[in-house]
Amino acid sequence: MTRRATDTLIIAAVVLVVWKILHEIAGSTALPAPLATMAYLVHLVPTTRFTENAAATLQAFSLALLLAYGIGLAIGVWMGAHRLSGAVGEPILVVIYSLPKITLYPVVLLIFGLGISGKVAFGAMHGILPVALLTMGAIRAIPQVYLRAARTLHLSPWQTITTVLLPAALPEVFTGLRIGFTVTLLGVLLGEMFASKLGLGSMIMSDMSLAQSEDMVTVAIILFVFAAIANALLLWIEHRLHRRV
Amino acid sequence: MTRVGLIRLAVIVAMIGALELACRTGLIRHQTIIAPSEMATSLYALLASGAINADIERTLGIIVIVIAISIVLGFALGLVIHALPRLREALDPLFATYYAVPIFIFYPVLIAIFGLSPIPIVLIGVATAVVAMIIATLNGLDRVPRVLTKVARVHRLDAVTTAMTLQLPAAAPYLFTGVKLSVSYGFIAVIAAEFILSPAGLGRDIADAYSDFNNRRMYALILFLLIIATVVNTVLHALDVRWAERRSGGRT
Repeated sequence: MTRRATDTLIIAAVVLVVWKILHEIAGSTALPAPLATMAYLVHLVPTTRFTENAAATLQAFSLALLLAYGIGLAIGVWMGAHRLSGAVGEPILVVIYSLPKITLYPVVLLIFGLGISGKVAFGAMHGILPVALLTMGAIRAIPQVYLRAARTLHLSPWQTITTVLLPAALPEVFTGLRIGFTVTLLGVLLGEMFASKLGLGSMIMSDMSLAQSEDMVTVAIILFVFAAIANALLLWIEHRLHRRV
Repeated sequence: MTRVGLIRLAVIVAMIGALELACRTGLIRHQTIIAPSEMATSLYALLASGAINADIERTLGIIVIVIAISIVLGFALGLVIHALPRLREALDPLFATYYAVPIFIFYPVLIAIFGLSPIPIVLIGVATAVVAMIIATLNGLDRVPRVLTKVARVHRLDAVTTAMTLQLPAAAPYLFTGVKLSVSYGFIAVIAAEFILSPAGLGRDIADAYSDFNNRRMYALILFLLIIATVVNTVLHALDVRWAERRSGGRT
């Protein structure tokens, strides 16, 4: 643990040194120095401009995540439990998963409009597929003997789901939820970067056109750290789930 | 074709047919989505006119460069990291988090540093694709039988010869997974970068057509990119399946 902590510190130090060197090459207007950025971060976070944009992103992200999880789990359970649907649908989902979904963003905007619903739909579009694919895999991987045991014990369908299927599939389903979290966040941010008046993604873009690199780098780093911490937390839960089974 | 394959085809045809019908009957407004047949004819006209040839060349050229750099660099870095277990251990948490953070938000930062040129696009593409190749290389090298490395030592091969004649072929099937991911990630990152902000390219074309309300052009371009991505992914997937079969005793 301590060794791992030291390693993380060393990596962080290397990143800071590289950043500093890049700053020296590119100059302050393009890339501010690490220390200056830290000082700016403390100054930026309490401003209403930041909190308003962060709240807009958080709101869109939460809604998108809710949709992605709901629809993804529904598709996953359906295709996992119903063999034929799964066999027919899986390759279609895999193909859609690996498409550059950004090309479909104009279509999403034409359907849902430029407001929050467009961002939410685009974010959810990213998250649904990994959640659905991993849930499907998790349900298919449940050993048949579990189901036979449930039948032998005369469990009702509901009892089978809550006491056998769900606990058995949970660790892998959770992996899907973790990946879904990541890609949904990316989807919402991409949506904001392309066309939005509010949100951290659009803040980065307007900072760039106004050459406010301090602001831009700071927001990027806040998002980076948020995603890294959230992922570490989800990974921790995931490992505990895997160990329990 | 198998029964499942037939049903799948039927489902896809039914979905496209339903969209066509909804567009033709006016259920879906022409300003929102145009009929699939119209997308196809519009794409054909666009390709025949040669109006997008320069952009196709530019975008596909950048994608090829990104993928080539990512694969070569990723393999080389993978070899180095694999040879230094202590470094690998230190980098492990970084690899575990890398694809969980939206690296793409640094694209505007790269533009601020390098200006509006292909360089930031190539850099963000490589940054997105290279780590998948490094991880796949590490996985592949882990599975190279120890006896082969011993043979290399007995023959006193130098590091480069060992890598090229021994480690590369032995790990090849696993490396292919990395290649597949690099291609997919590189493609997505380049298109996304062009779409968000770029002086030219197919991604930029789509964004322009969108802001000009030129739906025929926009849907033709979207269709074009989706077809290319699907064809490339399908070919890679087919190769991967063949590799896997050969690996799991397809020799018999």
